[in-house]
Amino acid sequence: MAKSITGYDWTTILIFLLLVGFGWANIYSASLGVNTGNLLDLNQVYGRQGLWIVLSFFILIIVLSIEPKFYQRFSSVIYIISLLSLAGLFVFGKTIAGQTAWYVMGPVSLQPAEFAKAATALAVAKYVSGIQVNLKEFEHQLKVFVIISLPVLLVMMQPDAGSAMVYFAFIFPLYREGLHFAYLLLGFFAAILFVATLAFGIPWVIGGILAIGGLMFLRNRKRRPNILKYLFLMTVAIGFSLSVNYVFENVFKQHHRDRFNIVLGKEVDSRGIGYNTNQSEIAIGSGGWFGKGWTEGTQTKGHFVPEQHTDYIFSTVGEEWGFLGSSFVIFLFVLLLVRLLYLAERQRSQFSRVYGYSVIGIIFMHFLVNIGMVIGIFPTVGIPLPFFSYGGSGLWAFTILLFIFIKLDAERISYI
Amino acid sequence: MRKLLLYIIILTTGLIFLARVFYLQVIDTSLALRSQDNAIEINYDYPQRGYIYDRNGELMVSNQPSYDVMVIPRNLKPFDTLEFSKILNITPDELGKKLDKAKIYSPLLPSVIIPQLTKSEYAFLQEKMRKYEGFYIQKRSLRDYQVDHSANVLGYIAQVNKQIIKDNPYYISGDLIGRSGVESVYEELLRGVKGVKYIQKDRFNRDIGPYKDGIFDTLPEKGKDINITIDSKLQEYGEKLMQNKRGGIVALEPATGEILALVTAPSYDPSLLVGRKRSPNYTRLYYDSIARPLYDRGLLAEYPPGSPFKTLNALIALQEDVVSTEDEFYCNNGYSYGRGRRMGCHAHSSPVDMIPGISTSCNSYFANVYRRIIEKYPSPQEGIDAWKNHLSSFGLGQFMGNDLSTGRPGKVPDSDYYNKIYNYPTYKWYSTATLSNAIGQGEVLMTPIQLANMTATIANRGWYYTPHILKEIEGEPIKEDKFTVKNHTTIEPRHFEPVVEGMHQVYINGTARSLQVPGIEIAGKTGTAENFTKIDGKRVQLTDHSIFVAFAPVDNPKIALAVFVENGYWGSRYAGRIASLMVEKYIKGEITRTDMEKWILENSLEDEYAKPLSGEPFTINQ
Repeated sequence: MAKSITGYDWTTILIFLLLVGFGWANIYSASLGVNTGNLLDLNQVYGRQGLWIVLSFFILIIVLSIEPKFYQRFSSVIYIISLLSLAGLFVFGKTIAGQTAWYVMGPVSLQPAEFAKAATALAVAKYVSGIQVNLKEFEHQLKVFVIISLPVLLVMMQPDAGSAMVYFAFIFPLYREGLHFAYLLLGFFAAILFVATLAFGIPWVIGGILAIGGLMFLRNRKRRPNILKYLFLMTVAIGFSLSVNYVFENVFKQHHRDRFNIVLGKEVDSRGIGYNTNQSEIAIGSGGWFGKGWTEGTQTKGHFVPEQHTDYIFSTVGEEWGFLGSSFVIFLFVLLLVRLLYLAERQRSQFSRVYGYSVIGIIFMHFLVNIGMVIGIFPTVGIPLPFFSYGGSGLWAFTILLFIFIKLDAERISYI
Repeated sequence: MRKLLLYIIILTTGLIFLARVFYLQVIDTSLALRSQDNAIEINYDYPQRGYIYDRNGELMVSNQPSYDVMVIPRNLKPFDTLEFSKILNITPDELGKKLDKAKIYSPLLPSVIIPQLTKSEYAFLQEKMRKYEGFYIQKRSLRDYQVDHSANVLGYIAQVNKQIIKDNPYYISGDLIGRSGVESVYEELLRGVKGVKYIQKDRFNRDIGPYKDGIFDTLPEKGKDINITIDSKLQEYGEKLMQNKRGGIVALEPATGEILALVTAPSYDPSLLVGRKRSPNYTRLYYDSIARPLYDRGLLAEYPPGSPFKTLNALIALQEDVVSTEDEFYCNNGYSYGRGRRMGCHAHSSPVDMIPGISTSCNSYFANVYRRIIEKYPSPQEGIDAWKNHLSSFGLGQFMGNDLSTGRPGKVPDSDYYNKIYNYPTYKWYSTATLSNAIGQGEVLMTPIQLANMTATIANRGWYYTPHILKEIEGEPIKEDKFTVKNHTTIEPRHFEPVVEGMHQVYINGTARSLQVPGIEIAGKTGTAENFTKIDGKRVQLTDHSIFVAFAPVDNPKIALAVFVENGYWGSRYAGRIASLMVEKYIKGEITRTDMEKWILENSLEDEYAKPLSGEPFTINQ
């Protein structure tokens, strides 16, 4: 434990408590059935979530009791155990809804992919904080890439594309620690090209690349640019676009394609594949300024939004608490992330800082993808809203992820 | 930069999310509406429409159950259209069109697919409906007419059209509404209020209980039963007498202003406009532009009143003190005025004072009386306006303010009117220019109900209640001021006695002496109105309209009526006979003069009506 209880960052803990509490209130409303039991009824979704929350308090106390050195020293072990637990799924795991993502032991199911994010964060922090490691060197870049890619591959094989996507979060700590800006830019342009290819089709994208390339060449022609360089870059861009198209049409499954098409506005069939997003937007939109009141949401009561207590929990907030409630939740997340950034920057040890940035990246990715999906500006990718959505594994994994950092921060003076 | 980038990304994301959420929740209001549609189903509970009884408690209109096949497009599941259209007995094409229409109206509100099934169709369909999700059968009540007359009085009910739905949010597609007659005027009394239940639905469209525990739900309110003032037997008899003729009968109870009978001929059986056959039948009646069965002649036809109007001139002259009842005027088979102009009259003793003037209907007498009224004033303009003022107090030249679904104001000319047609002040005009008003043949127009009300006012010696059709609501007499406060005319009661006596004399030794009813003292007045039509753009005179007004008994009037028979020639020929039979029927309850009844029932004017349409030359007034 810390030297004194004041060492912990109570701002972060308060936000954590608010999110968990408000989350439970919304899960309660979203899972309210016709026959309502008492609040502790473990047959009810809200009853179980209540239990997960209580257990998460025990977990965070355990996390805070462990010495920071333990996390650094044993990060590799934790990472390897985590990889084994992911690999073990293919032997012992249970397949639910097409995903082999669960260990089921009697009444308890665990989702190792949730915990793997924290383990990977520790491993990345450990490696990057090594004295001889320099992220400007290709060899070290490659090694980090491998550390991150192993869990991604295992998660992809479940298959759980949503969770795999979260690992993009590690670009943030790596960039902070010296990775070249070009990687960030590359990723950014790749994403734009990716979306543009799907949205406008190959002919337009190629036309656009040629036009932009041509214009830039003409503008810079006084400096006698190397025409081959331009041609090369344009060829790479077109090649990328073509391969995206190929992957989209031949590697992606139909439901992946559908999900992208909805967000790109290509599909408007509200009873078909756009149903989730459409219902979610209706629920949120019907909330107005102040919402319909807790447990009074007609869309929520009618269970129009599928998976409303898990991935779509934000739509309940929108319907029942209105703009007031949804901006409150957005505000809490932004506040949490900004606070964590502040904490990460004040760390003396590189390990703590890298870990902190990883935590921020992971929470941010979830925040971005989840709420973006629920409000209809991001493709439908099933990942939970941290601390908020229903689910024991998710809640515990985020609790562990966050509180390791709170512990590291609390001990930042004594521990270097 | 490396430290700042993530701040920027996080804050930007937060702002984009806020903007999007703001757009969804505050700016785009269509989503809130869709959520209502989505999750809340509205169920309606239609109450029974109120029954209609006549003044004696005889049931005229009750209800029969009816079943509509409805659809809620949102709830449709793919189904075998061929099979279903066969069950509904329509073509798949028609079914497709109806479904498209329903979708355009609203995907979430019910629309009618097949209206008003018979009981046997319903029994057959009910078992098969389950298979077709989105369709259901809505029970409603349709009218069941206990009488085959009074169609114009009762009116009919029909499904609301788009315009009504737009104008009145109470109604939704498929609702029924009164469209004419009592059904339309007392729609809100008769229909009651439909009950509403808001049901919270889940995404499988299952009921999961009342919305907000039912705080917005309402119970249906039953429609009210009403008694109308019509005497069903008298009405039926009037329609019978008017068969093969065109025209109207309006009978009032002078003491109350209640309408005892409101006959228009030709008419139709009200049962024709019920159920699925309503539409073709209505179309047929609507397009009968010759007989015009949907045109209520008792209320809408504006005719020159003819001789009965003379009684009003007599009253005005007495009130204006320009003649006394003893003043005599000569009649030389007519009245000459101006430069060689002449108003003809028939043969009778001469000179006459007021009472024989009325009973013989002497044109010369009233020409003199009328001129005295107008010429009492310094200018004919003032004279005409004073005259008009008296007529207005009888409710003429204006809408009566009754509770009937339709009506016309008639016409009473004033000085502005004559100034305009004679181009005053460039040209001057004098009382003689308006002399036809003396005998009811000029610019004055009256509807039969105005004529009847005039008669009732004379019967009451100076006042009337606004004629009305509603007598009781759920057994409680109506209390509306409009129908329970007397309208007094500008004529003092004492001036009515000589006019009443003149009208009484009409039956004793005047134009209606052959129409006396044994045991009943009747006062009346015959009338004959010239009328014209246009054939190939030429003005052609047709056989005169036969007009008669009467009230009885003279001393304690129970009934006042006006009868109007188009092209019935002179007043006592058709209208007088019918009036006399109506009076006897109402007061005695039976007819003693069966030969007169037989004559009326057997004589048809259809040949007369065919003349102007034949395209051949024809003679009139035979």
